[in-house]
Amino acid sequence: MNVLDIIKPENQVFCKSKLMTDNTLSYCPGCGHGTAHNLTMEVIDEMGISEDTIGVAPVGCSVLAYDFMNIDITQAAHGRAPAVATAIARTWPEKYVFTYQGDGDLAAIGTAETIHACNRGENIVIIFVNNGIYGMTGGQMAPTTLEGMKSSTSPYGREIESMGSPLKMTELVANLPGVHYVTRQAVHTHKHARKAKKAIKKAFENTRLKKGLSFIEIVSNCNSGWKMTPLESNIWMEENMFPYFPLGDIKVNGVLK
Amino acid sequence: MAKVKGAIVVDTEACKGCEVCIPVCPEDVIGMTSTVNRKGYHYAYMNNPEACTGCTNCAIVCPDRAISVYRVKVTA
Repeated sequence: MNVLDIIKPENQVFCKSKLMTDNTLSYCPGCGHGTAHNLTMEVIDEMGISEDTIGVAPVGCSVLAYDFMNIDITQAAHGRAPAVATAIARTWPEKYVFTYQGDGDLAAIGTAETIHACNRGENIVIIFVNNGIYGMTGGQMAPTTLEGMKSSTSPYGREIESMGSPLKMTELVANLPGVHYVTRQAVHTHKHARKAKKAIKKAFENTRLKKGLSFIEIVSNCNSGWKMTPLESNIWMEENMFPYFPLGDIKVNGVLK
Repeated sequence: MAKVKGAIVVDTEACKGCEVCIPVCPEDVIGMTSTVNRKGYHYAYMNNPEACTGCTNCAIVCPDRAISVYRVKVTA
C-alpha cells in the first residue's frame, strides 16, 4: 500500500492537540517541557474541561506557557503560582485549577507557597518539572541539582558540605496530610510519556471529585544547561537523575506507598 | 490476517531535529534529513516507510508535536 493512500484524514490517529496554539514552542530542541505541555493539554482536551480549566504559569523556561496553551491561563510572580492558584480555586470552586512550575520556581523561591498550599490541601493540581538546573537564566545550580553535578554556579560540581543535598520536594510534600495524590514521572520515552499522561488525568479527576491537592513531578532533561545533545541528556537523566529521584507513585488516595 | 500499516507526516518547520523520536521507534522507520528547515534544523522523515505500524510512539515523545500519525488495517 502506498504511503499516500494511508495519509488521509479518516486514518489519522494522532495529531497535535487543538488546545496547543500554533506558536512555535520557545524551548530548546528535545526539552521535556514541550512534551509535558502537550500531555497536559491532551488530557484537558480528552476530559472536555478546556472551558473550565485555569492554569497558572510560573517564572522560568515555561513563563510563556500562556502563549502555547490555548486555555485560560495567568502568570504569577516567581514561585507564587500555588498562592495564585489557591485564590482562583477558592473563588471558583467548580473550576479545574493547575499550576505548571519548574524546580527553580517551585523548589527554591516558591518553597513556602508550595508547602503551605499542599498543607492546606487546596483543590488544585501542581505539575512540577524537575530538570535539576535553572534553565532560562543560564544553567545555575538549583535546589534539585545532584551531588557533583556541574552548573554555572557550581563549576566544580555540587558539594554537599557547603551547598546542601538535592531537595526531594515531592517526598517532602507527600508527608503533608492535605495532599491526596503524589507521583513522580518522566516524559523522555513513549512508555514514560503514556504513564505521565495517565497520572495527569488522575490528578484532574481528583480535582473533579474535590479530593484535594495532586502533585505531579516530571523528571526532565535540560540538554542546553547540561551541555549535552538531547539523546545524551536523556541517557544521563536515566543513569543519574532516576536513582536519586525514583519514578513511581509516592502517595495514592491519601495513603503513602 | 489483518495487518496494520502506518505512516507519519512531519511538520518540517515545527521539527527542531532533537532526534528523540528515533530511539523510541520499534521498527526503525525514522531518519534525519541532510537538508535543513528555515530555522536551520535537520528534520525527521520516514526513512523506511514500509515498516511503519502507526504505533504513535514517535508522536507522543515529540516535544513540538511535529509528527501526525495515520494508520490503516490491511487485510492480506
